Parts: sequence; structure tokens; C-alpha cells
Amino acid sequence: MSEERTITLKIKRQDGPESAPYEETFTIPYRQNMNVISALMEIRRNPVNAKGENTTPVVWEMGCLEEVCGACSMVINGKPRQSCTALVDRLEQPIRLEPMTTFPVIRDLAVDRSRMFDALKKVKAWIPIDGTHDLGPGPRMPENKRQWAYELSKCMTCGVCLEACPNVNSRSEFIGPAAVSQVRLFNSHPTGEMNKEERLEGLMDEGGLANCGNSQNCVQSCPKGIPLTTSIAAMNRATSLQTFKNFFGSDR
Amino acid sequence: MAASRDFVSRKLHSLLGVIPLGLYVTQHLTVNHFATRGPEAFNEAAHFMESLPFRYLLEIFVIFLPLLFHAIYGVYIAFQSKNNVSRYGYLRNWMFYMQRISGIIVLIFVTWHVWQTRIQAAMGAEVNYQMMVDILANPWMMIFYIVGVIGTVFHFANGLWSFFVSWGFTVTPKSQRAMTYVTMAIFLALSVVGIRALFAFV
Repeated sequence: MSEERTITLKIKRQDGPESAPYEETFTIPYRQNMNVISALMEIRRNPVNAKGENTTPVVWEMGCLEEVCGACSMVINGKPRQSCTALVDRLEQPIRLEPMTTFPVIRDLAVDRSRMFDALKKVKAWIPIDGTHDLGPGPRMPENKRQWAYELSKCMTCGVCLEACPNVNSRSEFIGPAAVSQVRLFNSHPTGEMNKEERLEGLMDEGGLANCGNSQNCVQSCPKGIPLTTSIAAMNRATSLQTFKNFFGSDR
Repeated sequence: MAASRDFVSRKLHSLLGVIPLGLYVTQHLTVNHFATRGPEAFNEAAHFMESLPFRYLLEIFVIFLPLLFHAIYGVYIAFQSKNNVSRYGYLRNWMFYMQRISGIIVLIFVTWHVWQTRIQAAMGAEVNYQMMVDILANPWMMIFYIVGVIGTVFHFANGLWSFFVSWGFTVTPKSQRAMTYVTMAIFLALSVVGIRALFAFV
């Protein structure tokens, strides 16, 4: 075993939401099968930078450690992805870690993804099933529909699609691809379908679906392989039809 | 609840780029192509166009009002995006970027072109074969017109692709890919028509 093998990480750090970002380099001992999170844990265990100075441990967010919660997203070697599945052995060194730029930085690599959760509220990305009495079982869902809808349900609100989108930025109110795809998911559900107009209205509101410029970076970047651009185009069709229904009138 | 102004403006912007503006550009380039059949053929075609009944109404509602809205709102859209092709060098992201760049080129070109032809006509000049020969005798003007025509045709063809997505016609990746080929064929075909016409004035 090579005792001296090390891993170098260049981390873009920021002490608080308002403070200026700076870069700090860390050199940590190599171990087999590390991911970026275990490298960050090593820094936390021994917060000394490459110059040998004591420093504060790097802050980041994590949850499931198996790429289903979406909390540990960051920009790794220029690409936004989850740090839990970013294996050190497969990364070019030095490993550059940056917080995602679309979201406000809380500290170091931890960002505030509130705009995504606000977007989900705006488009009512849920199925209202509560009543004052038992409403009984809902309508059945066709199996072929369930299969593609399941793919959409893999969204973990990780923020990678918003980070990759050129139209999600501080100059625009665009809710981003994730919420658009969630409308398609809940509108395809037999019970959710009963409220589909409300969700479409959310998409047609300011900052809604029409802000998409079709760069299609989202579908290329999604770690779960969700067909985001298919969802966007499907919702474009649904909102186009809804506009006509609203204007000319329809009972459906 | 009515659709937001954002939504209506964006959809309208996309629609106007195809109908009437895209159709007008195609028709304009087709009429220009008469120049390849000689000065008389071009002058006759240009005269036919300018003697159409309700000419001013056609110009205002088919060209100038849609063009103004499309141009002004387009600049707003172009400067709202934060381009990132260096990090995400995918084909469609490049097309997204080029759509914005070509839009700005078209804005400059069309403004100049309207000044040089339509406004001069309003001030008494006659728009004919000789006018274009005089303009394109300057090699810099020729380059400017070639860039302008190719930029315009690209902006239309690629905008047509976006129109099919934005209005929800092409939903599947397969249909979107097919439209990429169709619209790029339109880009090439109209470029040939436009460039052939330009060189007919040399």
C-alpha cells in the first residue's frame, strides 16, 4: 500500500450568506473507495488546510448517502451532481468543489434550495385526498402510465437541473424544470388529475413554464435520468390547450 | 384565473416569430430570388409587391407591429438568460445561445436594412435592382448582408424548432430530433435562396 498517496481538494468556501467567497486547498490521505463526502468528513475530522494552517471545517449538507434525497448536490469539477455518488477514484485531481451558483449560499457548500420548494407549492405538486369522511379507494391507474409516471417520481428536488438551466438565475423568476415535471406527474395520477387545472394555472403564472428557453441542459444533467424536456413539452401542450379552454370555454 | 402576462407574451413571441414573421421572411427571400433571372424579372416582382392592395395595412400588421414586439421582447429574453455553453456544451444549449446571438445580429441587420430600403423609399427613393446593386457594390456591405441573411434564416429555422416545442406540438425526444433535421434543412435551403439572390446583384 502506498502510504504517501494523497487527495487534493480545492474548495470554494464562503463564511456566510453575505461574505465574499474564497478558495482553500486541502490535502488528505488517500483511502480506497472514498466518495467526496468521506473526503469532506476527513477534513471535518482534521480541519487543517494544505498550508498546514488550522481552519474551520467545511460545511456541506447530506442526508441519505445513496442519491435519493438530493441534499448533497454541489458543483464537482465543473458539473453539478451529488457528492455521495461522486467517487474519488473516478474524479480528476485536484477535485474542485463549489456550491451551486443558482441558489443562495448558506455557508461553504451548503445552499438554500427554498426556491425549489416554493415552486412546488406554487404549482400545487401534491394530491388532495383529505376529506371529512372516508372517500374510498381512488380510480385505478393503467400500468403503462404508471411505468412512465414512476420515472418522474424519482425527482429528489436536488437542484441540478436548475443549476444547469441558463434561464434560472437572479434575473428571472423561472421555477425551473423540476416543478414542471412534477405537475406532469401529479396530473397523470387518476386522483391528482381531478385538480389538474389548478396545477396548470400555477405553471401559467409569472415565472412559469413559458420561461423555458429549450436549452435542454436539464435533461442532460438530471442524475435520475428524468425525461424533463418531455415533461416540459407535454406541459407546453397542456397549458396551450388550457389557454384555449379558459378563453373560449369548456366543460372539461 | 387568466394566464399571466409573462405566459401570454412568451407564447405570442414564439408564435409571431413564425406567423407572420417567418412566413414573411420566406416570401421576401423568394421574391429576391427573381434577381437571378435578371433585373427586369426582379423589378417586376418588386413592383408587384409594392403595388399590392392595402399595402400600408399589410406592412403595419404583417411586418412592423409583429416585428417590433418580437424584437423588443426578444432582447428582454436574450438578456435574461445566463449562457453557460462552456460548462454545458450540448447541441441544444449551443442552439439556445446561437438563437440569442443571431437574434441580436438580426436586430442590427434589419434595422439597418429597413433604413436603407423602406425608409429611403418613403423619402422618395425607388426600390429596384439598381438600388441593391449600388448597396452591394461595397464589399463590406456585401459581407454585412451575407451575415445578416444567414443570421436571419438561422434565427427563423431554429425558432421554428422552439415554436414546435413551446406550443406543445413536438413532445417526444424522437419528434424533437426529427424537427431538428427538418428545421436545419430549412435553414440550409433558405440560406441558398438568400445568398443566390445577393450574388445576383453583383
